[in-house]
Amino acid sequence: MSPIESADVVVVGAGIIGAACAEALSRAGRRVLVVDRGAPAGATTASGEGNVLLSDKAPGPELALALAARRRWPALLESLRGELGDLADVEWEAKGGLVVATSPDSVGSLRIISDAQREAGVEVHSLGPEGARKLEPHLTGTVTAAAHYPEDAQLHPVLAATALLAAVRARGGAVVGGVEADGLVVRGGRVAGVRIGGAAVPCGAVVNACGPWAGHFSVAAGAPIEVMPRRGMILVTAPLPPLVRRKVYAADYVAAVSSGDVDLQVSTVVESTAAGTVLIGSSRQRVGFDDSLEVEVLRRLARNAIRLFPVLEGVPVMRAYGGFRPYTPDHLPVIGEDPRMRGLWHASGHEGAGIGLAPATGRLLADLMDGRRPEVDPVPFRVDRPALMAEVRT
Amino acid sequence: MRVTWDGEEIEAREGQTVAAVLTARGVRSWRTTRVAGRPRGLFCGIGVCFDCLVKVNGVPDVRACQRVVADGDDIRPQAGAELPS
Amino acid sequence: MNRVVVIGAGPAGLAAARAAAALGVEVVLVDAGPKLGGQYFRQDALASEDRFSFPGGVEHVPDAAVWAVEPIHGGHRVHLRIGAADDPSRTGRVLETRALVLATGAFDRVLPFPGWDLPGVFTAGGAQAMAKGQGVAAGDRVLVAGTGPFLLPVASSLAAAGARVVEVAEANAAVTGWLSRPRGVFAGWPKLPELARHVSALARHRVPYRSRTAVVRAHGSEWVESVTVARLDREWTPVPGSERRVEVDAVAVGFGFTPQLELAVAARCRIEGGFVAVDAAQGTSAPGVFAAGEVTGIGGADLAASEGAVAGAAAAKRLGAVVDPPLGAMARVRSGRRFAAALEAAYPVRGGWTDWLRDDTIVCRCEEVDLRRLMSAVDERDLGGVRSLKLASGAGLGLCQGRVCGRNVAELAGLDGTAFARRRIASPLRLGELAEAEPEAEAVEVPDRALGQDFG
Ligand SMILES: Cc1cc2nc3c(=O)[nH]c(=O)nc-3n(C[C@H](O)[C@H](O)[C@H](O)COP(=O)(O)OP(=O)(O)OC[C@H]3O[C@@H](n4cnc5c(N)ncnc54)[C@H](O)[C@@H]3O)c2cc1C
Ligand SMILES: Cc1cc2nc3c(=O)[nH]c(=O)nc-3n(C[C@H](O)[C@H](O)[C@H](O)COP(=O)(O)OP(=O)(O)OC[C@H]3O[C@@H](n4cnc5c(N)ncnc54)[C@H](O)[C@@H]3O)c2cc1C
Ligand code: FES
Repeated sequence: MSPIESADVVVVGAGIIGAACAEALSRAGRRVLVVDRGAPAGATTASGEGNVLLSDKAPGPELALALAARRRWPALLESLRGELGDLADVEWEAKGGLVVATSPDSVGSLRIISDAQREAGVEVHSLGPEGARKLEPHLTGTVTAAAHYPEDAQLHPVLAATALLAAVRARGGAVVGGVEADGLVVRGGRVAGVRIGGAAVPCGAVVNACGPWAGHFSVAAGAPIEVMPRRGMILVTAPLPPLVRRKVYAADYVAAVSSGDVDLQVSTVVESTAAGTVLIGSSRQRVGFDDSLEVEVLRRLARNAIRLFPVLEGVPVMRAYGGFRPYTPDHLPVIGEDPRMRGLWHASGHEGAGIGLAPATGRLLADLMDGRRPEVDPVPFRVDRPALMAEVRT
Repeated sequence: MRVTWDGEEIEAREGQTVAAVLTARGVRSWRTTRVAGRPRGLFCGIGVCFDCLVKVNGVPDVRACQRVVADGDDIRPQAGAELPS
Repeated sequence: MNRVVVIGAGPAGLAAARAAAALGVEVVLVDAGPKLGGQYFRQDALASEDRFSFPGGVEHVPDAAVWAVEPIHGGHRVHLRIGAADDPSRTGRVLETRALVLATGAFDRVLPFPGWDLPGVFTAGGAQAMAKGQGVAAGDRVLVAGTGPFLLPVASSLAAAGARVVEVAEANAAVTGWLSRPRGVFAGWPKLPELARHVSALARHRVPYRSRTAVVRAHGSEWVESVTVARLDREWTPVPGSERRVEVDAVAVGFGFTPQLELAVAARCRIEGGFVAVDAAQGTSAPGVFAAGEVTGIGGADLAASEGAVAGAAAAKRLGAVVDPPLGAMARVRSGRRFAAALEAAYPVRGGWTDWLRDDTIVCRCEEVDLRRLMSAVDERDLGGVRSLKLASGAGLGLCQGRVCGRNVAELAGLDGTAFARRRIASPLRLGELAEAEPEAEAVEVPDRALGQDFG
């Protein structure tokens, strides 16, 4: 099965998070094996729009992680370019984000959030309606206020994840698709290996980077954590002439992102891709792993997008796709060693921000594993925090 | 019935597709691609390939092989990706 | 209200609608085209009369693109846009049904070669549809190339529409070899007399028919002006030195057919070997969903119609009609499938076609992805799945959603191409159409007892 019989660390899950953890661990000199039951970068990561955002995060631990990640991405890509050449071209673009308010009521709350973000170190420019339409000429005339975030960026999630995995391979590690990890080998109360399709692969540590399935793997590993899927759908238009330059979204998006509501929530997110298509999001729904098409969700996405960019009304929609954002009860990722099982590490629960947060997640995990002082305070993300363990224990 | 092709009036018959009207007139390509600007026209003829895109009455991205002409249709070539006018 | 909804009005869908209606069940027959008949019975669009008529109880909805099939409790919701193709002014309609028949047919497979994106290169079926339906020949000097008996009707329709067919290039063995002395697998195939008619028509027009031959390149700047034709070895690698230039102004190319699977995938039907898997009653793995015609396998119009007759009866039974198993049609399906299997074995696509490509040959026409870009994604990024390959290379991400390139890309990458058929939006619609309020669904009652899926 595997080109290496044993590894220092086995990372389970080859999405952007597993790839970033494996990259950081192999950079620190460890021999890493990454396994995925499907195709690398073929699950949630393939659904991501690839935004690396500060704008949608309120001050707190997630913003701290996001700031670290935003600093890390360009440097990481630069260093990968030295190792891998063109493979490190992942369509990185610091295109900026624009959050718009379209009602008099939301002007105030938009201002409050942006002021707090500025305080926390985010570059934000508050704009009036004309300023907003100068940046995005096709915006609706009903804009009342906007906030411009020049640091918001975008990259191509599949290219990014596969570049990180290529670096792991180049450093002597291995990436194997089509194999499922179904449990741990435990000796003396700590991890001695991982079971992969009946065979045991000896290793010193296992990283659970199974995305929305991290809860399942944690159960198989005997140390359950609460990570659940939150479904999201995106509409894709036909390729269009340049129309929307930044990531543009309605101010109510921030509320939807941090809401734990079971019901369908549809906020308005519009942006274009390098291929000329416009992506229209985003819905949030807790329906387990049910991926059936729901036309009403698509209709609501379409209505919202036209409200923000009336010019979109006549353009063709050619695709719709969805994915399951991995989320935890307190909407913070879980990054660290499991106190119940030494040698088992978790890196999951990044919900709608895993692409952006990946490099800081990998680095934090590697720093903790190596006993280095981490750049970001690890405490809010620890495995035994009350919000996570409360549900785990019951 | 009459339709216009790139501003010029031409004859068309009830039931004809835009592609048939253009082909009968000797027009074999009516759009250029987005990236390389290459000429394209009819390919699959049955609506699956989206190569035959054309602008009808200001609306781009109409499949010429599927669209049946209506009297007075204003048909124009499409250059890459266009927005409705 | 109980009704069978049939999607696709080709030979399979027509037969399904007739069979269900004959059993007293209401039928709505939906098709994207303006007239009944599908590909095989393509009607002359310029003629005012319709060749088909129905018993009472069948409502035909023409010009109706099914853009989504949504699973709901106890059945499916079928979403239509009705009106001029791709026009923002189309109107919506939503049909709910407990008995859905998918008869969406197939489209030509074309293998890429340098220059295949030049105008004047058509699919064989496309040239056929233009000749039969619109009375327009693809060109004045046309070369027909590809594989399988289907090249014969295409060549003869082109000749009838006034084109000079300069050659028919068959990449496998000549159809005429067994057609004149049908023994073994093809003996008794109902299609034989029709094919023989096409062969004599071609002989009358003195059209050369060559086996183990293919178009390996098209030349021209704005339009195809000539093609390079080469002899092929057994694996379809061009025989060096056998190339010759043929002047043409059109080429019609077909290497078999690809089923139109997206609605079946949306309805959660199991796909096996690239086709919708069905049981003896044409039932799919999804309760209340039946499939007939070329979505279940490529076997020609007769087999499609026989499958349709079985599917229509099974769908009526699902709605409570008293139905005797349609034994005659079921027997014709069984024998039709034997001929289909023989055909597939005799006219496969062989691996040497990849030797026709150059680095700069377009593989995905919509996104203009060439072989170099595709293979660098495959080789350097080590992608093991269609979804990530599409995203990394761009192939299959355009408006046709991988219909044209999917199988070829999958073959080049060594992956299973079925995932290309996952197209939640089966046919594009304008954002404004999608934003409309959902039309009130023409609803169905959900029965309190489970109804049978087969004739057992
Ligand atoms: C519609 C949508 C849009 C989004 N947009 C953005 C965005 O713009 N920016 C952003 O930052 N984030 C975005 N996200 C979120 C982002 O996609 C996720 O947070 C991120 O991809 C999670 O990565 P992951 O590696 O944890 O999970 P995944 O990519 O799902 O990877 C987990 C992997 O684990 C494998 N696996 C699971 N169980 C096992 C097992 N037992 N054995 C072996 N392998 C296993 C799976 O096959 C999978 O490949 C979006 C999400 C969605 C759904
Ligand atoms: C272009 C073409 C031309 C052909 N010509 C010939 C020929 O001349 N002679 C011959 O022997 N064989 C021909 N064939 C082979 C032919 O496919 C079969 O023999 C036969 O027509 C198959 O019947 P069917 O009922 O399975 O599908 P089809 O006849 O293909 O009918 C399927 C129908 O479903 C409709 N449909 C599909 N998806 C949707 C949707 N989302 N919404 C609404 N409607 C939909 C289509 O409009 C179509 O009318 C041709 C094939 C093609 C692709
Ligand atoms: S020619 Fe293929 S869609 Fe019109």
